Amino acid sequence: MVPVARRVVRTRRELSDVWTVEIEPGADGCAFSPGQFNMLYAFGVGEAAISICGDPAKADRLLHTIRSVGKVSAALARLKAGEMLGVRGPFGKGWPVEAALGADVVVIAGGLGLAPLRPALYSLFAERERYGRIVLLCGARSPDDILFRAELEHWRTRLDIGVEVTVDHAGRDWRGNVGVVTTLISRAAFDPAHTVAFVCGPEVMMRFAAIELQKRGVAGEAIHISMERNMKCAIGHCGHCQFGGDFVCKDGPVATYARLGRRLAMREL
Amino acid sequence: MIEGMERIVREHRFFAGLDEETIRFIAGCTKNVRFDAGQYLFRAGEPADEFYLIRHGRVALELAIPGKAVMTFQTAGEGDVVGVSWLVPPYRWLHDARAVDLVRAIGVDAACLRRKCDSDRSVGYEMMQRFVPVLVDRLQATRLQMLDIYGTPG
Repeated sequence: MVPVARRVVRTRRELSDVWTVEIEPGADGCAFSPGQFNMLYAFGVGEAAISICGDPAKADRLLHTIRSVGKVSAALARLKAGEMLGVRGPFGKGWPVEAALGADVVVIAGGLGLAPLRPALYSLFAERERYGRIVLLCGARSPDDILFRAELEHWRTRLDIGVEVTVDHAGRDWRGNVGVVTTLISRAAFDPAHTVAFVCGPEVMMRFAAIELQKRGVAGEAIHISMERNMKCAIGHCGHCQFGGDFVCKDGPVATYARLGRRLAMREL
Repeated sequence: MIEGMERIVREHRFFAGLDEETIRFIAGCTKNVRFDAGQYLFRAGEPADEFYLIRHGRVALELAIPGKAVMTFQTAGEGDVVGVSWLVPPYRWLHDARAVDLVRAIGVDAACLRRKCDSDRSVGYEMMQRFVPVLVDRLQATRLQMLDIYGTPG
């Protein structure tokens, strides 16, 4: 429960309001599962739950991509190399990468949702031969808001992964897809009966992505979404992140659409 | 030539499931078209007398806003329909459609198809069954676009 003081190794500006912060690992490394999060503490400001976005196979690099939207995230995003922050974690249940073995895997990311999904993608790519088709569908607000763009362009050059990117609106200089990310689902090549889907992004986007996946024939149990709620203790004691009968920090953040789907449409939650 | 169009119409996903007689009936209203990159399939305000079923390439649907840069609000690709304004009066396009790259498509004579839908209501019903989901999907996509879900919260 007590944050461990760690040093920032380097930072990188990803988008106008988004930074990736690389933090030195602890003495015993920084092992985590794809989809897990850490509680990052900006001293004197506060603590926030931030997904881990690096490669789980590289225990010497702890990466978090942070959007500067509030006091805490702004303080975390402003950190410079050499400065200290507090780290607790990793916490939560992540993407069931092992459960997808042998199946087609459809990964759908909206906006910053690509950050929590990136560790899962690294794991899938590391054992590419153990999966069926891998399809990555990414949505962003505009061409200037595409997260990890260089990496996406690199992945697109691979012949064993299907990568499609779309933006909500664009000028005439953009030659790619325009439209919401859910419109890519009907065109993607995968076998719905043998598909596992990982979906991360704004809640409304995940809801409609899951509906589109179900329209294609993917079962709700095979659709995994990552929830975001205001977390405090991160170990299921305080109840801040309660979502229906679950605590997002402990029972999630990743859970199936079959379990959470109906709650996504409830205003009261 | 007509026989060739029947095959092309049959293979397009928009017409999947149509019986042979209906395909022959509809194919009489169709032709093969191609557009080079940058060429317009149609412009806003023009009569909506031909719509397109994309076989290859990508089409940008654009809105010109006075005093601002042209905005692309949607792209259509292989298997998609471009143009729905031919369905309802006054049968005029409400936006531009520009080929992003080389586009091959089935061009459908809208007046011809409207006449056939009027003369044979079962064909009209088949067409409505195909167009209504397209319209609903676009309405839903537009709602999500309007929500600006990736915008800065608060």
